[in-house]
Amino acid sequence: MTANGIFQIVLYLSVLLFLAWPLGVTMARIYAKELPIGLRWTSPVERGLYRLCGVKADEEMSWIRYALAVLTFNLLGILAVYLLQRIQIGLPFNPQSQANISPDLSFNTAISFASNTNWQSYGGETTLSYLTQMVGLTVQNFVSAATGMAVLVALMRAFTRKEIQTIGNFWVDMTRSTLYILLPLSLILALLLAQQGVVQTFSPYQSAKLLQPVTYEEPVNGPDCQPLKDANGQTITKKQTATEQVIALGPVASQVAIKQLGTNGGGFFNVNSAHPLENPTPLSNLMEMLAILLIPAALCFTFGRFVGDDRQGMAILAAMVIVFTAFLTLCVQAEQSGNPLFNKLGLDVIASNQSPGGNMEGKEVRFGIVNSAIWATATTAASNGSVNAMHDSFTPLGGLVPMVLMQLGEIIFGGVGSGLYGMILFAMLGVFISGLMIGRTPEYLGKKIEAFEIKMASLAILIPFLAVLLGTAVAVVTEAGRAGIANPGVHGFSEILYAFSSTGNNNGSAFAGLSANTPFYNILLGVAMLLARYWVIIPVLAIAGSLAAKKTIPSSAGTLPTHTPLFVAILVGVIIIIGALTFLPALALGPIVEHLHMIHGHS
Amino acid sequence: MLKEFRPALFMLLLMTLLTGGLYPALITGLAQTLFPHQAHGSLMHHQGTIVGSNLIGQPFSDAGYFWSRPSATTPMPYHAGSSSGSNTGPTHPDWETTIKNRITLLKESNPQQKLPIPIDLVTTSASGLDPHISPAAAQWQIPRVARARGLSEQTLGDLVARHTAGRTFGILGEPRVNTLALNQALDQDGTQP
Repeated sequence: MTANGIFQIVLYLSVLLFLAWPLGVTMARIYAKELPIGLRWTSPVERGLYRLCGVKADEEMSWIRYALAVLTFNLLGILAVYLLQRIQIGLPFNPQSQANISPDLSFNTAISFASNTNWQSYGGETTLSYLTQMVGLTVQNFVSAATGMAVLVALMRAFTRKEIQTIGNFWVDMTRSTLYILLPLSLILALLLAQQGVVQTFSPYQSAKLLQPVTYEEPVNGPDCQPLKDANGQTITKKQTATEQVIALGPVASQVAIKQLGTNGGGFFNVNSAHPLENPTPLSNLMEMLAILLIPAALCFTFGRFVGDDRQGMAILAAMVIVFTAFLTLCVQAEQSGNPLFNKLGLDVIASNQSPGGNMEGKEVRFGIVNSAIWATATTAASNGSVNAMHDSFTPLGGLVPMVLMQLGEIIFGGVGSGLYGMILFAMLGVFISGLMIGRTPEYLGKKIEAFEIKMASLAILIPFLAVLLGTAVAVVTEAGRAGIANPGVHGFSEILYAFSSTGNNNGSAFAGLSANTPFYNILLGVAMLLARYWVIIPVLAIAGSLAAKKTIPSSAGTLPTHTPLFVAILVGVIIIIGALTFLPALALGPIVEHLHMIHGHS
Repeated sequence: MLKEFRPALFMLLLMTLLTGGLYPALITGLAQTLFPHQAHGSLMHHQGTIVGSNLIGQPFSDAGYFWSRPSATTPMPYHAGSSSGSNTGPTHPDWETTIKNRITLLKESNPQQKLPIPIDLVTTSASGLDPHISPAAAQWQIPRVARARGLSEQTLGDLVARHTAGRTFGILGEPRVNTLALNQALDQDGTQP
């Protein structure tokens, strides 16, 4: 790794932690109904919202009612986004006259955004109207993130309660998350990004005169709109000359800000934050990368405040940072080492102050290797899924890193809210396993962890695993599944495994060569996203209900402390062992074999 | 579920108004007032026509221009209405041929240059719209451009240096050269290819 590379990584992590602490503390105050001075003027808005919606803010909910509120709200969100896409041609703010979208793609996209996955089977600038992007997707970017945060708050609250049957009010938790955390942060970030050059306009796309006209080969389409092929199966093309370049625009900055802050990740444009109008400069890149991990990291501090012991949150954050740093190092190394093929062909691949070197396929020069690798690691550690480089073109080991981070269950930072509640399940599993070893009833933060909690935690951990592995298996044995592969051979398997790892953990990034916009993939991946989101939320809320109803027991000499380096090591161990046991066989068939092929010069 | 239906419906409607209507409208208003150039896509105008965006690359193939990186957008390269990467994996069977063809094209157009070709000149970018090449990639092309334009390599070297942006604050990102800006500057010097 270059000295500058190490410096950029250290800088990134330092700024992240520096910002996360005050935000985490502030969020704890907000959820405790104590607003910071700068936000107090908005509290009439909050009260007005409740009045219009018929919500009684001080009415508490049982876990079942809380879960029903989550599900009803999310179901309506899915319906709204689905409908918007189906009728967008008849609606305003569609300057490019984008057509109505097919039922299967609308289904996939609606679930994708409501479940905070933001998997994209479509290309934004060629498919969606400005209205669909704003009123459909941007809204879900906010409320799906707020839903995750609300569920986490309910779980954290449960630890603080003694023999109480309720866990809070979903509408209040969701509203406060949106109004006081996501909206203010998005306003600031959107303006900072706009200053850097992220476009924000309702004007139609513009045409620019090219400095040098360009000649290119365009495929000739038959009457069925499919490219014609000659007798040898080659696509027939004709020469075309263009003197103009169409430039796609749109209300991008507002959507990118919440896309990053809410660990959503669905880009305005097809290539997401690799697009120069979505991420124009190294500075905008740093801001967006910080925004990916900011709230998930800060929530660890919020957790510490909630349970009355800051060290508890820091222990969890430490486990996250350790796993993150290890994988980040591997990713940077793999991408900087590049592809032996480049050396064989005599190319200049040495990193210097004149050239980024390494594997630059699918990467932007302004970001180079290091920032592409940090982004790939951060976006998959968090369940963000936005990209600033094409993961499909990463080296096998470079691409293994984002794949594994998703497969671990999106808990290394993870999604806003969802990452930490997933991590707390692993912490419970950690104390449970330790408890078995020392022969005592396990406790976590003063609550006994018993059969019901472990059953629910196991469900929440195993169902996403099942979605990933079963989905991959179905896709590789069916014609429709294999038809989507872009890179033949081992890499094609990796493309499919990546798609299900991503949707089966609500990440949303892709090995984008896979042609996923088919009824087969749209439906199968849609189902994976539903399972991964709601079959984690329901067991988590069940645990919250159960914990809130329990007595709190004071810690004794027999209690395993959960803020020590030892516990951090146990936690990391549990995560890595469970992840490795589940996914090593699949990884061996994909990126690991491909790595061996690559270094031995096979293709 | 019915009990929560009304709050769910109204909450969705009001959140849509707030985060899907007011929020983007407010950002649009503020961004267009404070940063009008950026908010409209950093477009450059010349005698009333749009001649590109500061942030979006254009394709070049004349010997007298500095070439941008290969682009994977379809059907035309640098199609900024349909961004796309190649998504070619590291062991794709056609990969070696693709790269070899690019190397041949570059070498044949620039026979005096004996240095190895910088990697970014033979690989496509993530967006297909990368406005930049590395400083090494610009320097590598100087002999070809110098010959086509009848300029000295020294003059071109100075021009490239003037159009080289370092890392932001000396730390962030990578050093880079904006090819469109560089080529526009070449044309303005009056030495047409």
